[in-house]
Amino acid sequence: MSSERVLILGAASAIAERTARLFAAAGAHFFLVARDPAKLEALRLDLAARGAGAVHVRAQDLAEIRAHGELLDQARAALGEIDIALLAYGVFSDQQRAERDFDEVLRVLHVNFISAASLLEVLARYFEQRGQGCIAAISSVAGDRGRQSHYIYGASKAGLDAYLQGLRNRLYLRHKRIHVLTIKPGLVATPMTRDRPKNFLFASPERVASDIETAIRRRQEVLYTPWFWRPIMATLRAIPEGLFKRLRL
Amino acid sequence: MEHLRSFSGWPPSRPARVVVLDWRHETPDWNQETFLAYGRGRSYGDCCLNENGILIATRGLDRLISFDAETGLLCCEAGATLADILRVSLPRGWFLPVSPGTQFASVGGAIANDVHGKNHHVRGTFGRWVRRFELLRSDTGRSVCSPQEHAELFQATIGGLGLTGLILWVELQLIPVPGAFLDVEALPFHGLDEFLTLSASSPAWEYTVAWADFASGRNFGRGIFLRGQHCATPAGAIEPPPSPRFTLAWVPPFPLIIGPLVRAFNVLWFQKNKAQKHSPVHYSRFFHPLDALGNWNRLYGPRGFLQYQFVVPQSGGDKACREVLDCLRRSGLDSFLSVMKVFGAVPSPGLLSFPLPGISLCLDFPAKPAVFTLLDKLDTIVLKAGGRVYPAKDARMSPASFQAFFPNWSRLENLRDPRFSSSFWRRVTGDRS
Repeated sequence: MSSERVLILGAASAIAERTARLFAAAGAHFFLVARDPAKLEALRLDLAARGAGAVHVRAQDLAEIRAHGELLDQARAALGEIDIALLAYGVFSDQQRAERDFDEVLRVLHVNFISAASLLEVLARYFEQRGQGCIAAISSVAGDRGRQSHYIYGASKAGLDAYLQGLRNRLYLRHKRIHVLTIKPGLVATPMTRDRPKNFLFASPERVASDIETAIRRRQEVLYTPWFWRPIMATLRAIPEGLFKRLRL
Repeated sequence: MEHLRSFSGWPPSRPARVVVLDWRHETPDWNQETFLAYGRGRSYGDCCLNENGILIATRGLDRLISFDAETGLLCCEAGATLADILRVSLPRGWFLPVSPGTQFASVGGAIANDVHGKNHHVRGTFGRWVRRFELLRSDTGRSVCSPQEHAELFQATIGGLGLTGLILWVELQLIPVPGAFLDVEALPFHGLDEFLTLSASSPAWEYTVAWADFASGRNFGRGIFLRGQHCATPAGAIEPPPSPRFTLAWVPPFPLIIGPLVRAFNVLWFQKNKAQKHSPVHYSRFFHPLDALGNWNRLYGPRGFLQYQFVVPQSGGDKACREVLDCLRRSGLDSFLSVMKVFGAVPSPGLLSFPLPGISLCLDFPAKPAVFTLLDKLDTIVLKAGGRVYPAKDARMSPASFQAFFPNWSRLENLRDPRFSSSFWRRVTGDRS
């Protein structure tokens, strides 16, 4: 297997970092994008020591949509071509704050959905032209059903889900060799969930990363990780609205 | 927030708060008291606990920084585990110079407890292989410590129980090996004298250790002496998976390690190992047999257990060991896993390093009142013989015993970060705050 060229958007996220390590061990080349240059430097050294080929980095706030086109040009120039693009950034919303302050709603929708859609458009055009490649994007089980506790976050991820479904459909009809993977992690012990009490449903980012790697290799369409979230969410989706509206989930 | 426990489950304890440090360029907010780094929770007892204080979780500080496959010099963040290092270094022919009983301990923890392994007589302690590290303190900020720079802090941090500040990253010298396997000989023995003779006749072996049956009954004192040497990976060898094959997901509501089972386990272990004489063994089987059962410590149930490891100097050490074993035998208590090792004369670099040249014995028991009484008695014997008890595994020694075992403790106290402390340290220094 020739070494893969991997673009990671939101490379400092715990899940992205653990996933990158798995590809690094196989000698992949990377283009990493994150906001904090100090984090990028730590990631670059780590992946190189684990066996990665070239590791390029760019400090960039991905919420800035205008930078997306040029960003992809730079990644292509650095890597030659891109085999796998992992979209791994996102923000968790403070539901209470979102209910008081609409700017919070705008921020969450902008980062998790609008900016993601912009990047995916740019990537889709590139992969369409190349005729092959893999787009993997981290959504969330929260997008499967809106719940009072996190529905702004859930709505942003539900939007991303629908977007990815459409994109998968579009790309398949034109180029069967382009793979689109929707990743739906459940509860993962990462900085995003730091302040929530941990229970047996929480998975480690390493576990999730290993599932992601397998799903990319097997060209899976939708990944629930860990696997038990698939039946859990199927059950939640099956509850009729009349009953669901009475629940405090 | 996770519940950060001691590996032995004893004593039960909760910190006031856990703060997470995931990036080495970040600094915790030092506005409160007191802090202690918590890596992978593999130390026994209370040296990794900070009752009513703040634990800094360093699990996310697990990045590599550099690895030179020519020289075997590896630099990584302090929360990386020994397994993390081996995963990268072993395929390129480099191994840890010192391997403790688990590969799931963090590098920072290995330094803070200056851990040792089955090759202590050849390589000394883990700290001897540390070239330098960066320490983050609440009072003086960041400093790179080595035998040349900040030498006093370097010395105090090795075996310093995490009290001199937070270790951010570490530079470590690895050793070259021909493969992932070891050539191992297993020799049955009866009694302390035979064990000492076997140890004395094995100076050329890189690794020596003995497992012994110190559960009550007629087999008391017999054991298996193991000696091993790195060898090339045999053709067609199957490497066991790096992660545990079975994991205890929950703590059972009652202890599963009880007298009759302990005795039966020890008999089986002896029979199994007696048969296997000479064979290549994968390193994880040799060094970390307990890692194969994830969370094996939970077998002891909700009350947890006590480990007791001591070392007594070579001269007169055999007499002290015999006294300890007599005392244990008369108590009628069963030690589940008992390990003996003769330490060598390689000096330990740390101010409070545990090993000294002599005989070391490690026992474990459920945490119950009769055990506390027994261990107090054993402390007296060890003290009289000029030995010491291992703080990394302790949850009960008295301040007087500790201070007699480690007269350098007051020098560590002077170099301690004023905002760092641990349950262990407050207990053994008699600090009630």
